[in-house]
Amino acid sequence: MSLKTPPTETVAIGTFDDNKKTNPVAAVLRTQAFQILLVLLAIIIVFSIIAPDSFAQWSNFRLIIQNASILAVLAVGMTYVIITAGIDLSVGSVLVFSGVVSALVMRAMGGEGWGVATVGIIVAVLSGVCWGLFNGFLIAKAKIPPLIVTLGSLGMALGLAQILTGGVDIRDVPTVLTVSIGYGNVFGSVPIISVIALVVVLIGAVVLHFTRFGLYTLAVGSSEIAARRVGVKVDAQLIKIYTISGALAGLGGILSLSQFSTTAIAGQSQTNLNVIAAVVIGGTSLFGGVGTIMGTVVGLFIPAVLQNGFVITGVQPFWQQVAVGAVLIAAVYVDQVRRTAATRGNSQGLWRKFLSGGRRG
Amino acid sequence: MSTTTATPVLQARGLSRQFGSVRALNNVDFEVYPGEVTALIGDNGAGKSTLVKALSGNLAVDEGEILFDGKPIDMSNPQIASGLGIETVYQDLALAPHLDPVQNMYLGREIRRPGLAGALGFMKTKDMAKASRAAFDELGATVRSLTSPVGEMSGGQRQAIAIARAVHWASRVVFLDEPTAALGVRQTKNVLETIRRVRDKGIAVVFISHSMPHVIDVSDRIQVLRLGTRVANINAKDTSMEELVGLMTGAVTKDDQK
Repeated sequence: MSLKTPPTETVAIGTFDDNKKTNPVAAVLRTQAFQILLVLLAIIIVFSIIAPDSFAQWSNFRLIIQNASILAVLAVGMTYVIITAGIDLSVGSVLVFSGVVSALVMRAMGGEGWGVATVGIIVAVLSGVCWGLFNGFLIAKAKIPPLIVTLGSLGMALGLAQILTGGVDIRDVPTVLTVSIGYGNVFGSVPIISVIALVVVLIGAVVLHFTRFGLYTLAVGSSEIAARRVGVKVDAQLIKIYTISGALAGLGGILSLSQFSTTAIAGQSQTNLNVIAAVVIGGTSLFGGVGTIMGTVVGLFIPAVLQNGFVITGVQPFWQQVAVGAVLIAAVYVDQVRRTAATRGNSQGLWRKFLSGGRRG
Repeated sequence: MSTTTATPVLQARGLSRQFGSVRALNNVDFEVYPGEVTALIGDNGAGKSTLVKALSGNLAVDEGEILFDGKPIDMSNPQIASGLGIETVYQDLALAPHLDPVQNMYLGREIRRPGLAGALGFMKTKDMAKASRAAFDELGATVRSLTSPVGEMSGGQRQAIAIARAVHWASRVVFLDEPTAALGVRQTKNVLETIRRVRDKGIAVVFISHSMPHVIDVSDRIQVLRLGTRVANINAKDTSMEELVGLMTGAVTKDDQK
């Protein structure tokens, strides 16, 4: 940032605060994504001190990362959705549905090779795309609230998955998938499933922060009217975003199938809420216009590390749910204060506001 | 600029629009000439904003036609208007609060990188920042931070950004709906100066304001609306504040010929 004041003109249309220099370092320090990263590091440090031999080991971190990988894939799509002030409750069910359809197709084809696996991957992603298009059209064109549309598709996708299987999990998964994506490693001991998640995360971050698609996503969430007036195709943008979320849930379906060798129909009932919690903890505003993929990743690891740490240190793991709930509420509170402060033109007063009972001034 | 051209750049003929039982526009004629500042004045509810919306593609009319360069056009959406080089600064400014000034300036018209990167949607961020900076400087707007969200800025700064954006993209007509309403004395002076500068570039400016001194100060032509009808179309040199107020309230009547 090397912005200089215009040389001669001193009469400004706006009134400008000359004393407040925008320092890029300070700006980063103020972002919620960074603050939440500090929280995560603090949690890691505490557990590392308590259990240096069991918690603070690469093998343990590897386990945490591996377990968070599928959620990370879903959370990238969810970040885009929530930035538009929307929500996608259907991700867990779409994951199950895609896994089921993919498993059925692969079973019908038979065989354990990459040919069958490739078809399975494509089928899973396409199943997700279909649900995403379904959600997107109803939200953008029929103007039904995202909460209702995706609550509906949550039930429909899960119900259809159970109808297709008769409620019995399919356990025939081609071996190439389980040994590669499921348990395979690269560079010694880096899980392939985590590498896939990392690629999705990186693409998601670059697209959100450096491309026109990302800019339009933020614009639609920030002010739909402003976006429409300048000719942004708001409806098309929303449909694309829900389709991406669906496609990533479909990808999650094949990843889950590979990792667990089963369709795990009953195993994803909390997935949507866990993903939403991660995105929100990571600083993406439920009111739209603000969000980072980096924040989402950090937001994903807080519950994951807490769960792992509690188990290792012998605390009842149920405390994880309590702790994550508290972090979630705190994160939304911070976002709330930040937004009110921004409209008043200052960014301080978190504690003062908290102590005054959160009344709006 | 040269003397008043014969053909108006933008012209409305017999526009009417009914909202329920209210006739917001009643057979309105309106002309905008290139290189002129046209003031559109009237009391609250006279139909000023409705007329601007109709002329910028944001409102369908029940009757009447709109001509651009003398040819009838179908002004059915805002994209048609911006395609013709017509830009509007609305009273609500229509900026995206979480985006920074540069992103707002170029929203919907980003400069893409050449080749594959451009096809993937990567943008020339630096070029856009530089051009935005130049546009703000040309306005005399010291937008201090090009990277802060505009939602965190003052009303005056946001106004400056909205005006700069419209002026930057308009090649034929700029509508300014109450651009000075929220501004202080010096900022207002600057906006009026900007209006003259835009006019001198040959762009038609339509200036909506309740401030009669500003209207007389900056306008070349003044058109007065009252109860959805144009009651006067006069040369700014030939009028006075008293007459304008009289026309707006109906105390004075004037033949609408000219």
